[in-house]
Parts: sequence; C-alpha cells; structure tokens
Amino acid sequence: MLLAFDTATPFVTVALHDGERVVAEYVSTDSMKHGEMLAPGIAAVLARAEASSRDVTAIAVGVGPGPFTGLRVGLVTARTMALALGIGVYGVCSLDVLAAEAMDAGHDDFLIATDARRKEVYLASYASRHRVGGPEVVKPADVATDQLVIGRGALMYPEAFPNSAGPEHPDAAVLADVVVRERFELLDPDPLYLRRPDAVETAARKAPGGEVPA
Amino acid sequence: MSRATSEPLVLGIETSCDETGIGVVRGHTLLADAVASSVEEHARFGGVVPEVASRAHLEAMVPTLERACETAGIALTDVDAIAVTSGPGLAGALLVGVAAAKALAISLEKPLYGVNHLAAHVAVDQLEHGALPDPCLALLVSGGHSSLLRVDDVTRSVTPLGATIDDAAGEAFDKVARLLGLPFPGGPHIDRVAREGNAVFFDFPRGLTARKDLERHRFDFSFSGLKTAVARWVEAREASGEPVPVADVAAAFQEAVVDVLTRKAVDAAVDQGIEDILIGGGVAANSRLRFVATERANAKGIRVRVPRPGLCTDNGAMVAALGAEMVARGRAPSALDLPADSSMPVDQILS
Ligand SMILES: [Zn+2]
Repeated sequence: MLLAFDTATPFVTVALHDGERVVAEYVSTDSMKHGEMLAPGIAAVLARAEASSRDVTAIAVGVGPGPFTGLRVGLVTARTMALALGIGVYGVCSLDVLAAEAMDAGHDDFLIATDARRKEVYLASYASRHRVGGPEVVKPADVATDQLVIGRGALMYPEAFPNSAGPEHPDAAVLADVVVRERFELLDPDPLYLRRPDAVETAARKAPGGEVPA
Repeated sequence: MSRATSEPLVLGIETSCDETGIGVVRGHTLLADAVASSVEEHARFGGVVPEVASRAHLEAMVPTLERACETAGIALTDVDAIAVTSGPGLAGALLVGVAAAKALAISLEKPLYGVNHLAAHVAVDQLEHGALPDPCLALLVSGGHSSLLRVDDVTRSVTPLGATIDDAAGEAFDKVARLLGLPFPGGPHIDRVAREGNAVFFDFPRGLTARKDLERHRFDFSFSGLKTAVARWVEAREASGEPVPVADVAAAFQEAVVDVLTRKAVDAAVDQGIEDILIGGGVAANSRLRFVATERANAKGIRVRVPRPGLCTDNGAMVAALGAEMVARGRAPSALDLPADSSMPVDQILS
C-alpha cells in the first residue's frame, strides 16, 4: 500500500492507496498543528483500512513549496518511515498535486497559487497537462493576471487574481494518484523552501590589541 | 535471558538546539551516541539561527540514525522504545526530532516517550556513574540553561530551586569570547585561554550574591551584569590604547562565573540536606568549574558527579538514558499527538 501525505499548507492531509484506489483518508481540522496531527492522521488511516505499518510498501510526500516548519514535519516523517520500514519514498511538488486535481476537474491552461505568507504566493503555471513555469515565490501584484488561478493563494488576492477557483489545498488522495500513475515528475524527498533563512551575518569582531594566546 | 539483554533497548533523539543527536542505550549501558552539529553554519551569525538549525536537523536525521544503529550494532527493529526531547528548546528544531520519533514509533510499533531536555541532562550520568542517588542536586549549565534542581526521581519528580534571571551561563561565555576575539562557541576557548591567565587579575561582579539579593534570589543566577562589566572593562582598555590581556580577562571572567555557580550549588545542597551534586550541560565541560565544584563540595562532605564532556553537551544518549529509565520504572508512554513544547516547564518530565 502507498501511504501519502502533504504538510505544505496549514493543514495536514493523509491518504492510504491500495494500488487501485484510496482506501482511507484523513484531513486535519486544526491549522498549523502539523507536528501534532500528522502522526495521529497516519495511525488513523492505517486503522481505518485495518492495515499495519508493515503493509505500507511506499510513501508519497508533498515536498512543497510551503512554509518551512510544517513542510519539514512531512519530509522528516517520510524519510524516517522509509528508513525504518525499508521502503521507497517519492516526493511530489505540492503545487502539482493541486494541478492534478484541477485537470481532473477539466482545466487545461491555468496557474496554481498557494499562500507563501509575507504577502507573497508560491506560483506555478500549467499547460497541456505539464508544469511549464515555476514554482517560484512572487508578490501577487507583480504577476497579476486574468488567467484562471487555482489555490488558496489565488483566493487570498482577488485584485491580482480576479479569475480564481478552488480547491484551496492539496489533497493526499490526489497525491497518491499522482504517484501511482506518475502524472508528474517524481522527486527526491527534499524540501522546496524557495527562500533562504532569515539571518544576518555579524561582522567578526577583530581580536583586541595585545596578546592572543594560541 | 541474561540481565543485559532483558534491559530495555532505547533509541533517543535530541534536536532542541543545533545538535542532531541519536543515542542508543540498553539500561545504563551506552551503545551509541551519534551527533551531527550545525554549529559551524551558525558561527558567522554569532549565535544559533533557528531556521538554519531546523534545516540541518532534517538533513542530518536519517544519516545520524543510520550511524547510531551501525555503531550500536543493532537494527531499528530491535529497539524496544523511542525517546525524544519534546522541550524545552527551539520550536522548529524540536519539531523535526519529535516528528522523526513519531515516524519511528508508528513504523516499528513501539512506545514513544516525549521527555524534558533538562531531566535528560541529569539522567545521562547513569550511563557513566550508574544509578542516580535519590535525591540529588543538579546544576545544569549551558548556552540555553542555568538551573539548580532538586531531583527526587528523574522520571517524575524534579523541583526547580533556582535559575538564571537573565542570560544563561553559556551565553555569557559566548558573548565574552566574542568580545575577546575568540571563536564561537566561546566556552572551550575561554577555558583554554584562561589556563594561561590570572584569575584574580580583576574582580568582576558576582551576580545575585549581595545580601539583599540573597533574600529573594538565593539560588538564582544573573550573568548579564558580569557580561556588561567585562565589556566595559575591555572597551575602556581599548579606548586608552592599552593592549587587552585576553588570558587574564578570560580567567577573571571564568572565575566569577564558576564562583557563583559552585557557591550556590553547594549552598543549595547543604540547605536541602542533599549529599550528591550532579553537574550537566555544555558548561559542565569547563575544567575550572569541575575543579572548584569538587573542592568546595568535598569540603562540606558532598560528592560531585560530572559526566565526561561528550555526554555533558546536548546529545541523543541523554534522551535515550531518560527513556530507558521511563521504561524501567514502568511510566506510561506519550500519545502520538505529543507536541513539541519550546517552553516545557522543568518539573514536567514526560509529556
Ligand atoms: Zn542542553
């Protein structure tokens, strides 16, 4: 069975796929509680499918882009479970998961935008069932468009994205389908941070005059 | 079954600051203590940058787990329980370790213990000196903590007696080292340089030791005034164009810190009628602290236990050691929704 989860948004989504179809799903109710909700979510889908962790034969994980803290919960969980169970792990760009769902709804040319905080969005563009641009982190005003934009980031900035639609967040059931049917490029489970850490280098203080013991 | 193999095999994960630590213990026996540090990535920022530390924990987790298992000669599936630091510490950093621990608990179907980092600093000494005496007085000093604790049972009864009211002792070491042009982290460099210096060259202030302070803060610490006093002294010296005697300043600063720490620890032990002092945390690696603490405690008939330096700094072995004690004493494991608690109180040992 394929265990799939994504933590690149404020919510946690988990699904268990038996190769044919999704057999159990979990979506967290509290936002920003990735650390608390992912493991119980995994336990819940396994219990619902009357499966044990030993029945899991592969893992699919959303690699973002997404706010860092939550994103890492998903990635470290995927990597560690893969090590402990001796199974493989497949990463998928979280925006591709939303795009797959948009395609299933009949869309062809569109953009995906999710919330990057700090008044920015993570953006990628799709045409003919492929990602053709992004993901990148941008200010909505700098990329304003009349084109269809899907995702939470589109709904948050109606002035820049007047033609917006849901779904807002990636769904692990679709993530599982993306991996099972290889609908997008499968990646290593490495985080797409797209931003450098906030940190200011401090100029090294020169040694004060006088003896500096070795 | 022999006693050795009937003791619980516990894997511990520590990610509260900048060290990714994975330890493996069986009872009181240390089997592996793998540590990956991101300290060099922080050096150019003059302190630990939380996001840099968190990213490094994610990258180091699997390789460090593999290294610990290899060293211990075990497979992950052999493990009886998983322990992890659930707090206190940097929120984002803790979260990586807690998530990894949960992933192991789910995959291996083994109990999970989310434990307090400070109690783990105490428990680690069992790996070196055997069972802890009950009660004992713990002096924990590092870049993140400066605490005096009464430990009646390291798995469920730790009482704070005093703590720093401003900077941690290790922080003062880092700041003074920087002032003297010594590398980060400052502790080991001050210790080394101070050996060539004159500790009574200048009498830097001892925080919270005046009679009026002792009424309210008998077992508390303050290192902010000391740090400022050293800074003023060095600046005045530089302004006058005279060379700064780095070794002497380091020695006099270190003496002020060590004097206050040891005086208050011995006073607390005497006050509580406790005959064993345990020193832990990164600053416990300081050679002068070990020497003065032992000398002063012995004069009062009090024994001092200090784990070797490698076990004093943050590591996974200490978390595994506390986890093993939780299993041995039959404590109930944590739930899978266990949070990472950056400000976990010291008297909450298991979450
Ligand atoms: Zn510590």
